[in-house]
Amino acid sequence: MSDTNATDMEYEAGFGDYFALLKPRVMSLVIFTALVGLLVAPVAVHPVVALSSILFIGIGAGASGALNMWWDADIDAVMKRTAKRPVPSGRVTAQDALAIGVALSGMAVVMLALAANLLAAGLLAFTIFFYAVIYTMWLKRWTPQNIVIGGAAGAFPPVIGWAVATGSVSIESLLMFALIFMWTPPHFWALALFMRADYDTAGVPMLTVTHGRRVTRNHVLIYTLLLVPVAIGLGLTSIGGPAYLAVSVVMNALFLKGAFAIWRRDETQAEADNYRTERQVFRLSLYYLFLHFSALLVDATLRGFGLEIW
Amino acid sequence: MAIKAEHEIHTRRFSRNLGVGLTLAGFVVLLLALSVVKVKQLGTMQAFDQVSGSERSEPQK
Repeated sequence: MSDTNATDMEYEAGFGDYFALLKPRVMSLVIFTALVGLLVAPVAVHPVVALSSILFIGIGAGASGALNMWWDADIDAVMKRTAKRPVPSGRVTAQDALAIGVALSGMAVVMLALAANLLAAGLLAFTIFFYAVIYTMWLKRWTPQNIVIGGAAGAFPPVIGWAVATGSVSIESLLMFALIFMWTPPHFWALALFMRADYDTAGVPMLTVTHGRRVTRNHVLIYTLLLVPVAIGLGLTSIGGPAYLAVSVVMNALFLKGAFAIWRRDETQAEADNYRTERQVFRLSLYYLFLHFSALLVDATLRGFGLEIW
Repeated sequence: MAIKAEHEIHTRRFSRNLGVGLTLAGFVVLLLALSVVKVKQLGTMQAFDQVSGSERSEPQK
């Protein structure tokens, strides 16, 4: 019947479909890390300014997600993990995603400049550019190191949060950057090990596709080894404290143990238990980052109550 | 039939319009709050032609 067809073709995208363009789950991580960067900074920020700044950082990150979905609709459509995203599933047109991405990017950067300062706004603009252009358009389909360099985009939010409060960049914010930056490769490669079919079919040059799974396992271990001193080092700066160091020692020991287990296994063992270890390490890596940043907040709160232990 | 089809589209659009409307309303409230805070953070301002009470009484001392 022609009526049914007309309704199918002119599907009205709901508010939720547009919201999904902003990658809400990634956005929540951005908001959390930016908020921690802002709260642990030694300069107090008025709550309304803090709330607005964090909101604009989140919107900027969401906008870069929309630009990513506009550009990557072709590969998202063939990967099981991303096929249900608004553009490949046909709920939102690619042009709409582009328009929303560009409009929200501009709005978020201008508003952050007004709410906080030009440095924070400049860092946000650079983050959006880095994720949408450098990572999505250039590196992702070109080099197996895509995850390593692209991870920088996800590492910027705490630096922006810190810049909102202090108007500067410092060793503390750079180490928060380094923590997320070094964490991203083992986190994503653990995922790539058990989502193998996805990246193969999409033709994205993940390390697992280009250099094989043995090399990927080695890389997970090497990057985890490099991550440990960064994570512990952050605890020795002015924003570290007993809670952070305690969490960091435990979580790094667990993450190292997991990375070592991934490194020791081969594909036969992994296929036999359906990538049990890889899945466990991936889940652990999520807790790893969340707990490190939560611990920074706990230490900042302790300092706020004057319970400085060192 | 035609009315029902149109009604359905309107229903679908309603959720989207409501979402956009509420978002914009929230944005307006946020900007208002931000403006109030920013203006207050500037502290007391005095223009060249404005004279406060204490200054006015000074010459008579």
